Amino acid sequence: MNPIIQELDKAEMNRLTEDKTIPKFSAGDTVRVNVKVVEGNRERVQAFDGVVIARKNNGISSSFTVRKISYGEGVERIFPLYSPRIDSIQLLRRGDVRRAKLYYLRGLRGKAARIAEKTTGEAAKDAASDRKEAAAVKAKARAKDVAAKG
Amino acid sequence: MRTGVLAKKLGMTRIFTEEGQHVPVTVLHVDGCQVVAVRTEEKDGYSAVQLGVGKAKAKNVPKPMREHFAKAKVAPKANVGEFRVSGDALLEPGQELSASHFVPGQFVDASGITIGRGFQGAIKRHNFGGQRASHGVSAVHRSMGSTGQMQDPGKVFKGKKMPGQMGNRKVTTQNLKVVSIDEERNLLLVRGNIPGHDGSWVRITDAIKRQLPENAPFPAGLRAAAESPDGDAAPAEEKKDQ
Repeated sequence: MNPIIQELDKAEMNRLTEDKTIPKFSAGDTVRVNVKVVEGNRERVQAFDGVVIARKNNGISSSFTVRKISYGEGVERIFPLYSPRIDSIQLLRRGDVRRAKLYYLRGLRGKAARIAEKTTGEAAKDAASDRKEAAAVKAKARAKDVAAKG
Repeated sequence: MRTGVLAKKLGMTRIFTEEGQHVPVTVLHVDGCQVVAVRTEEKDGYSAVQLGVGKAKAKNVPKPMREHFAKAKVAPKANVGEFRVSGDALLEPGQELSASHFVPGQFVDASGITIGRGFQGAIKRHNFGGQRASHGVSAVHRSMGSTGQMQDPGKVFKGKKMPGQMGNRKVTTQNLKVVSIDEERNLLLVRGNIPGHDGSWVRITDAIKRQLPENAPFPAGLRAAAESPDGDAAPAEEKKDQ
């Protein structure tokens, strides 16, 4: 690629990631993508949870595909990694997979479409601490719920 | 009518708008685009400016061209092109145009030489369907089929789409929007694609089918003379030749 275009892309990428951090994630990971949606003249954030089945690394044009099963129907969304419509990306779980593109998941359902969690290596350590944090947040929310009900 | 500029196509990338929309842009480099010669009504019967762009090694430039550049006191250019202008928009030889010749939001026309694909068949060149894979077709699966009628008219009509050279011809794309300009690096970001491969020379002019914005510089957006990097190179060139 032309060096001037690389510079332009870099500047654009920096501009877009100024007020957010994109976590390191790869195919097999479960993520929550918080997308800004416009309803009428109001804007809110909508979450899209699912398994990352592909990542395309191509500078500013990078994108990733998230797959989830919604009401028994497989749904895939392709997000541009640097889109300003993405509020944030949360990494929920690291998956242990041996392929870069998990298109085979499209043919699998239920139990067969599970992905084992990555429990070894550097990534797993991060995942464990992240999970602990998530669990704490969840417990807190539940306690709040219970308190509200009770 | 203003002059256009000559620029080098660097390639394409994208820009995101705040609404999350992708804007595909072609990056153009207005690389030392200087006036090489001027055609005037009195002398030549029409008015135009001849621009040169890029850098060429003096040893690779034919002597008549070297002298031509020396006359305007500019360094040898890689590409030269002429733009018809109205009499009041003439420039002086040696003046350098910058990307700020255009303003963001205005529309431009871009001409370039399309990527050459060589001699191609009717399927690739004109999107013909080809013939069947079976049912008695033998060895002509990609041929174009019939070229006309019978004894009457007894000829193939002119303009019949046939195999031949594809690409490597001049094409103009009209009404491309200027997304932004970078004066520092002399870059022009234009929405959409422009004919030609990366690194090729393209002609950019104000769109003939759109109104020129009022804040567009007239007669031309010039680069400050002090910044001009190769202004002194030309006289030295002259000496070498003699």
